[in-house]
Amino acid sequence: MDSAVPIVEMTGISISFPGVKALDGVDFRMFPGEVHSLMGENGAGKSTLIKALTGVYPIDAGSILLAGQPLLVTGPADSQRAGISTVYQEVNLLTNLSVAENILLGREPRRFGGIHWKEMRERAAAILHRLHLDIDPGSLLGSHSLAVQQLVAIARALDVNAKVLILDEPTSSLDVDEVAELFRVITALKREGVAILFVSHFLDQVYEIADRLTVLRNGSLVGEYRTKEILRIELVHKMIGKDIAVLTDLDTKTRNAVAETTTTIPYLAAVGLGRKGSIDPLDFAIAEGEVVGLAGLLGSGRTELARILSGIDKPDTGELKIEGRTQRLRTARMALKRRIAYSSEDRKREGIIEDLTVRDNIVLALQADRGWFRRIPRRRQDELAASYISALGIRPANPEALVRNLSGGNQQKVLLARWLAIAPRLLILDEPTRGIDVGAKAEIQRLVSNLAEEGMSVVYISAELEEVLRLSHRIVVMRDRKKVADLENDDVTVGQVMTLIASGADE
Amino acid sequence: MNTPQDPKNALASPLASRTGSLVHAAVRSRLVWPAVALIALLVTNVVKSPNFLSIRIQDGHLFGSLIDILRNGAPIVLVALGMTLVIATRGIDLSVGAVVAISGAFALSIIGGSDNPNSMGVVLGAVAASLVFALVLGAWNGLLIAVFGIQPIIATLILMTAGRGIAMLITEGQILTVSSAPYKVIGGGYWFALPASIIIAAALFALVAILTRKTALGMLIESVGINPEASRLAGVSSRVIIFMVYTFSAVCAAIAGLMISSNITAADANSAGLWIEMDAILAVVLGGTSLAGGRYSLTGTLIGAFVIQTLTTTVYSIGIAPEITLVFKALVVIAVVLLQAPRTRAGFARLRSRKGPSVPSAPREKAIVR
Repeated sequence: MDSAVPIVEMTGISISFPGVKALDGVDFRMFPGEVHSLMGENGAGKSTLIKALTGVYPIDAGSILLAGQPLLVTGPADSQRAGISTVYQEVNLLTNLSVAENILLGREPRRFGGIHWKEMRERAAAILHRLHLDIDPGSLLGSHSLAVQQLVAIARALDVNAKVLILDEPTSSLDVDEVAELFRVITALKREGVAILFVSHFLDQVYEIADRLTVLRNGSLVGEYRTKEILRIELVHKMIGKDIAVLTDLDTKTRNAVAETTTTIPYLAAVGLGRKGSIDPLDFAIAEGEVVGLAGLLGSGRTELARILSGIDKPDTGELKIEGRTQRLRTARMALKRRIAYSSEDRKREGIIEDLTVRDNIVLALQADRGWFRRIPRRRQDELAASYISALGIRPANPEALVRNLSGGNQQKVLLARWLAIAPRLLILDEPTRGIDVGAKAEIQRLVSNLAEEGMSVVYISAELEEVLRLSHRIVVMRDRKKVADLENDDVTVGQVMTLIASGADE
Repeated sequence: MNTPQDPKNALASPLASRTGSLVHAAVRSRLVWPAVALIALLVTNVVKSPNFLSIRIQDGHLFGSLIDILRNGAPIVLVALGMTLVIATRGIDLSVGAVVAISGAFALSIIGGSDNPNSMGVVLGAVAASLVFALVLGAWNGLLIAVFGIQPIIATLILMTAGRGIAMLITEGQILTVSSAPYKVIGGGYWFALPASIIIAAALFALVAILTRKTALGMLIESVGINPEASRLAGVSSRVIIFMVYTFSAVCAAIAGLMISSNITAADANSAGLWIEMDAILAVVLGGTSLAGGRYSLTGTLIGAFVIQTLTTTVYSIGIAPEITLVFKALVVIAVVLLQAPRTRAGFARLRSRKGPSVPSAPREKAIVR
């Protein structure tokens, strides 16, 4: 296919933000009828490159050709007109509008100066049908699961007959069947000659669907490869640029830790904890230095339990004991005072303060704890920021950069730093590695196991069961708002947990 | 970016300071257009009356048009100061005009009702009582918004509407006229050759600047304004902070009300502080603080307030007919706001980069990424 003319040809692209050099002379090309995967760690510049192509960010240097013609776009609407459609990592749709309105927003069929609602519903229904998505186009988007919302976002992108379709982490909130469904759609589009840019952290998926790979690291191009010509291990090596030994090392280390689970001093114990419409009454306990994995599907009650344990939501029933003493955690603030920190799965809405600096974001919880009057001295703030930036490898290593200019994975690390700064006794991590790459994932996992060794209790929630099994001493499985199993993690397999998630222990 | 005072100051980023000159930073700053507008207005005045900038000393007091602008602008500065913090938390306070009217009326009714309006003790007592009253009114706003979760625009609309009624009750529907020498000082007197109102406004401005910078208040206010939910989960007592800013806004408005009533030695429940909430919001917006909350600039608000006051003065000095005064004022505001708009700024940035060489991408900058 190399003889074909590329539909997209980006040459020498450079982009800087205040304090961040996001892209440095990157070349990138896409061919019609090909799936091209953009690979790289957090902050490698994947999202930035996409935003350069879609005109969201102006480029400082370089050129972009679309079908041989210079592409002059100043925004997403422009690039869409040029035939480039994008579905971004975080679903950027309007949950308070209907599915049809979301699909055709800005391109509504018109009649008599108003919106032609009937045609709109029909067009939307046709597109949904093409995606085999059986939902009512008139229903509110917000009433659907994240996975469905994601597919609606793709439907929206498909409506414009795109020549180039960009899918940025489209599968991060989809289950196996939905991914298969998506891939079927991608394959069909490929046959129609659409060039598809597919960004995902799931290597399996990349190897399944992508024809070609471009690897970025720290804003620079590492290289372009045919998927079938590069081994996974080579690819990972090129992406993280450091020895894979780190990953294997982690594996053995945590396995050892699991083997020698320390004496169980119960740190937190809940009896009959429940909340109407959220979770059914359940018992939960975690010991000092223990990592408890919470497994279950989205909506199974895993996040809901975490929110109750961390004082964000109030339980209706049950009792919570911390170190043997009954406590009532009515607010997040109260929980934080007891050194219980919750890192939300929704880092954009419930995590970062995007217009504040990395330093401000890191000291926020600690400062909130001290109250507004007793400001943490500036020198201490700088020390804290500097130490976490180096300990967690936050990039760019600039405490004064605005958090909004960081990549998703680095924002996640900033959040981790915020919670670690208050020296928590119990740290609840909800999907801390979602949407971030192999290297950062390994770093976060290693951090968790180190913290547990130092005596911190950790509740670890992740949709990736391998990750949960690798890290946890004990696994609590949730299904349909109930706790269905609580197992010691010795030789538990992914298959076993899967079965529990799917059917429950008692059936 | 180390202070809430200069959030938009591009100089703070190491990259900009290396690649850009001072001019570059100034052009990128949001303060540039309000500052240009202020200078342009001053120049217009100088052209019209060449001794506009002259300041003379008479009886040990400073006189001159500039001093007048500062003195007459003091109430707007105060109200806008409180408004800045409110807006930074994503809120708005429409009740400030009503509070201006109430505080003047309350103070004057106490002084007028006393045996000796010229007694310092009576005046201090009246001022203190007014400020406490304002504190209660602000706390009411804060309660509705922070505790009951009512939208700020609705919650403060209540007091905006009811407030003038309260002022009217206090003055019994009359324009209260009271002559009291100590009270006159607040709005019309002089300290150290300067009008007392300028000193009061400057002192309060400095106090807020120091308080927000030396405590964590500035950062926490911005945090609540940018992302209230995330702030709550990080343990920030958003309610306390929101409650505080509305209470403070009312106190600022009350001081402005004392100044206005003192200056004219009368309390007019109907017209005192009329539209001052609009002037204050405009001053904040001109100063580059977004109504969407978050990053704020006290310096910007100060410049914005003086743009508005100078505009009022200019309208008189260049002899614009009173009928079209408001239209003229609106035109200037539209111009500045449009120049500040992100789209216009982006347009200017493109123009500049087309003319001159764009930001050089030196390879050594790669170090920053690592």
